[in-house]
Amino acid sequence: MYVPRNAGKRRAVTLFLLPSLIGIAGFCLLPILGSALFSVMDYDLLMPMDAMRFVGLGNFVKILTGSEFPRVLLHTCTYLALYLPLILVCSVGEALVLNRTFRGHGLFRTICYTPVITSWVAAAVVWQWVLSGKYGLMNQILAHLGITGPSWLNSGDWAMPGVVIAAVWKDTGYYALMVLAALKSIDVTCYEAADMDGAGSVKKLTAITLPLISPTLFLLIVINVIYGLQVFDSVLIMTNGGPGGATTVFLERIYKYAFRQYKMGLASAYSWILFVLILLFTFLQFRLQGKWVNYDA
Amino acid sequence: MRKSIPALRLLRGTAFSLMLLVFVLMTVLPFAFMISSSFKGSEAIRTLPIRWIPERPTLEGYERVFNMQGFSFARSSLNSLFLAVLCTLTAVLSASMAAFVFAKLPFRGSGKLFGVYLATMMIPGTVTMVPNYIILRILGLLDTYTGLILPSLANAFGVFLMRQSMMGVSDAYLESAYLDGASLYRIFFRIVLPMVRPTLATMILLSFMGSWNSYLWPLIVLTSGDKQTLQVVLGNMNGMYKNNEHVLMAGAVLTILPILAVYLVSQRFVDQGISLGGLKT
Repeated sequence: MYVPRNAGKRRAVTLFLLPSLIGIAGFCLLPILGSALFSVMDYDLLMPMDAMRFVGLGNFVKILTGSEFPRVLLHTCTYLALYLPLILVCSVGEALVLNRTFRGHGLFRTICYTPVITSWVAAAVVWQWVLSGKYGLMNQILAHLGITGPSWLNSGDWAMPGVVIAAVWKDTGYYALMVLAALKSIDVTCYEAADMDGAGSVKKLTAITLPLISPTLFLLIVINVIYGLQVFDSVLIMTNGGPGGATTVFLERIYKYAFRQYKMGLASAYSWILFVLILLFTFLQFRLQGKWVNYDA
Repeated sequence: MRKSIPALRLLRGTAFSLMLLVFVLMTVLPFAFMISSSFKGSEAIRTLPIRWIPERPTLEGYERVFNMQGFSFARSSLNSLFLAVLCTLTAVLSASMAAFVFAKLPFRGSGKLFGVYLATMMIPGTVTMVPNYIILRILGLLDTYTGLILPSLANAFGVFLMRQSMMGVSDAYLESAYLDGASLYRIFFRIVLPMVRPTLATMILLSFMGSWNSYLWPLIVLTSGDKQTLQVVLGNMNGMYKNNEHVLMAGAVLTILPILAVYLVSQRFVDQGISLGGLKT
């Protein structure tokens, strides 16, 4: 927009920009510097600030050589390894259903989205009850199928799968709508051509649909790895890292170090390690995408 | 066209119905279990097999939610509402004001500044959480609503969203208003904002739902009981009512209902938000 000189543009620009500049500078940029600074310090929140001591890479060494780090990494990777295939299958499946027209379509869409707008606290509280060993819904359903369910969140082996099931339940609707948008953009003539050639519905799914939505699936995986490495609300409420430390994950550790033990330096170093891991995982996926993502359509 | 064999078509229809049924059950059953349990007493929730319609429905769970020792559920709901409204206002207003500058009032270096904004979107909240807490501590804003709300000023995603949509507003409208003597402030509030109303509505909703559902930040910033938000209180209840799941389920129902109502009346804006890549709670 053209504004003549001396029309008070400078003042208006300053006023308009100021609130968000304060926010970005004060709560995004400054914290990055702060976090970098704290990560090389021994900083106990209960001590005065000038008791802060420079320890160099001490915090990083302590974390990376400790026995806890490999466990935390393993738990987080277990979460991702279980969550990713489930969320992919469920969200593509739900999107395929949503892509059809049928009576009650709008209602179904609303139902699918309800877990997404539910807060994680409420969802976690409900799932704790659903996964409760004896009286929980899950094991009752399994019992009907003749399976004796585990005690889920109280069992070292089944706590993480329990958290994953809850997460898939909560997130499917969100990613299904993302996949649905991709499905809608597929050219119908592709399917018509396949019909001419006598392709069955399974063949159409694997040879047309999936390759054509692979960019969206790629995006979905990238986003979910980033979010998955930062899984927190669900774990904190459903298991609190337990039982016996079987579900400790990165953000849970950072939270505990910072706000239970007040070791701000250690917590900051941990968050930088997590940040580097996020970058690494994302970079790797972009390197591997050429192998399976199809951008031709 | 390939000839469809009727039996095959029927089979395909059945497969589809089955899939639909599975997804509906998968999604709805936990909610149904929650609602059903919330109307039971402490013995009835531990009676097998599960009775979906409670034999003797009771509001005991709900009564106990509202008569908790230590913190008030009603008070925390009001806190949540108040904070969600204020955080939303702060985030939306600061973002759209900045977006107006980036879209319509560029200055030397504004492109670079916008790049910095975009770059901040890549920094995970994980990294900034600890230092933000310390900044609030230095400013003496811990355990205050101001402290909780302030970080909402930094909303790069909102700036991006609003800028994209303001770019679509033709300069001609703004310039003619300017020639008619409207100030830049008046142009912003009276012309630009109304013209991007759909995006504005979407952003208000995403922001409101995000604040209502947020847990970690209020958990660490607000420490006094009477200031706590609904999510934090529900999280605390979780430790206190281990064997009284009906109370917890009543709490969960009451936490979900308000946001569900908001969603149902404003669904189309939320759906639009998803296609813009927003809303993840």
